[in-house]
Amino acid sequence: MAICSYLPDLLCKFPAIDETTIRMARKSVDDGFKALVREYVNIIDALVQPLQWFLNYLERLFVNSPWIIILALMVAVVYYGSRDIRITIGTIVSMLLIGLVGLWNDTMVTLAMVTVCTFIAIIVGLPIGILMARSERAQSIINPILDVMQTMPSFVYLIPVVMIFGIGKVPGLIAVVIYAVPPMIRLTNLGIRLVDKEVLEAADAFGSSPWQRLKNVQMPLALPTIMAGINQTIMMSLAMVVVASMVGVGGLGRNVLQAINNQFFTVGFFNGFALVAIAIIFDRTSQAYGKRLQKHSEVIHG
Amino acid sequence: MASHAIEVKNLYKIFGPRGRDFVDQVKAGLGKTELNEKHGHVLGLQDINISMPAGGVMVVMGLSGSGKSTLIRHINRLIDPTAGEVLYDGVDVCKMSENDLREFRRHKTAMVFQKFALLPHRTIIENTVYGLEIQGVPEAESRKRAQGWIERVGLKGFENHYPNQLSGGMQQRVGLARALTNDADILLMDEAYSALDPLIRVDMQTVLLDLQKELKKTVVFITHDLDEALRLGDKIAILRDGKVIQQGTGQEIVLKPADEYITAFVKEVNRGRVINVETIMKPLSGNAEGMPITIGTVLESAARMMTVASLNVAHVVDANGKPVGSLDLGTIISAMVTPIGHQLQAA
Repeated sequence: MAICSYLPDLLCKFPAIDETTIRMARKSVDDGFKALVREYVNIIDALVQPLQWFLNYLERLFVNSPWIIILALMVAVVYYGSRDIRITIGTIVSMLLIGLVGLWNDTMVTLAMVTVCTFIAIIVGLPIGILMARSERAQSIINPILDVMQTMPSFVYLIPVVMIFGIGKVPGLIAVVIYAVPPMIRLTNLGIRLVDKEVLEAADAFGSSPWQRLKNVQMPLALPTIMAGINQTIMMSLAMVVVASMVGVGGLGRNVLQAINNQFFTVGFFNGFALVAIAIIFDRTSQAYGKRLQKHSEVIHG
Repeated sequence: MASHAIEVKNLYKIFGPRGRDFVDQVKAGLGKTELNEKHGHVLGLQDINISMPAGGVMVVMGLSGSGKSTLIRHINRLIDPTAGEVLYDGVDVCKMSENDLREFRRHKTAMVFQKFALLPHRTIIENTVYGLEIQGVPEAESRKRAQGWIERVGLKGFENHYPNQLSGGMQQRVGLARALTNDADILLMDEAYSALDPLIRVDMQTVLLDLQKELKKTVVFITHDLDEALRLGDKIAILRDGKVIQQGTGQEIVLKPADEYITAFVKEVNRGRVINVETIMKPLSGNAEGMPITIGTVLESAARMMTVASLNVAHVVDANGKPVGSLDLGTIISAMVTPIGHQLQAA
């Protein structure tokens, strides 16, 4: 280029570290990581074994029970959660349609997966969110980590997860939880921080211990926001089970993956809509339930 | 349980990260504006010395920004002082350990808040038992005690309502019931009635005065309303810019305002309801004439009694009925109208 002839080489062409050095560095990091994983593979396996059992147990329970019992259970949960007849009927219709097109078992596998993921995301996310709300320092450390978790393409962190745990349900589960836990953490933190200062002051003035303050005031008042977090977590787990099928999670996600590979247009859409149906059932039920918990704030004195 | 007095001694509060560093400068005369402009710290309270009477109502009065809410929060240490002491029963609240402080808050103090600060997800009865619940009192027992206070403040039948279903006045009754259920010696009321409309406010003042007659708690009441202060206070302290500019009984403040600021305040006061007959009576000369009026009667009531009886003269008697002074209607009226001097000063 013409300009380059007037400039020193250093300013014209970016002085990248030379390729052999980079290759060496990459290789040593990769090898080091692999060695580390090999070293601790037994411990890691033992640690995640309970997860595997839990997941397998729930999956078998869902798949092996007669469909009518599962449907009855779902209807009961949806009805008692939402107290809304329309959502309940919608649930019955969509589950019957799913069964009719032969996706019942796959749906059950996905349902088991999402249930476990949501459960773990809540167990992990709630305490972290509380910690963040209590300490500015924790917040300033955790916030960027959450940013990374939410923006890093999920395929990227699937690589180390697969290296550590191999192919199977557990790595899928971990990938889903990494993807789905940030809203839980963020909204728990936000909910607690938004609690009315006056009410907190009142709790202090009556001599509440930190635990009593959390249990009696902060958690109940943050509950609507936390419920929104749970709702988001469920939605994101459902979206992520498709990606997780790449590392060996079964269910609807795997069908979608196969449909992509083989250009099965109809199969793809059937499975996609089955996911959408579950998502809507979860979403409407959890939202209606959250709203019902807040009944006390509805009747405002004029 | 006998009530104890609260002594506030040399209390300073400077808001800001390095408040402690400026205490000496403030003691040496650094003003509020200077402190804020030069060092970016806010002077909340300076050199507060108040002794709050045991079993009486201490009113702290001031306009917004005068530091009155900051002061009341030092008594149960919701705010830590920069320097000074708050003594209750000989113990400095500011030096208590975290555990002692929690016990002190649980058993010795109860607080009522301006914006009620009720727990919105709990019913009235659940709100009322809150203090006992965190003390670990068994539920049956605390419910029974709470029920009693709910009835005393006139909310029977609303036990299972949520705060949002009640009007402001009713919510503050819940706040009061919650504080009273704690059965604490000190009752802290932070602008407790300021958010209520005038009629309900007077109503709630009556509730407090009636209760106080039998409970004899050490009440600290914060207000920006002089009429309220005069009606409730056994002793009143007036705060301005974080400093006490006058303290004394209501009569002392109305009759001898310390400066023009207070003069401007007391100008609008209904003096007939504040000043007592013994303050303006003349020494008894000769026989007691007219009707007897007991010590402690306010001028307005005395004037009413005399007009009803169509008398121009009366004599003041002590609690035993012994005459101690004489009164006439003219003296009463001239004491009830604001003196000209005050009008001019305030103008």
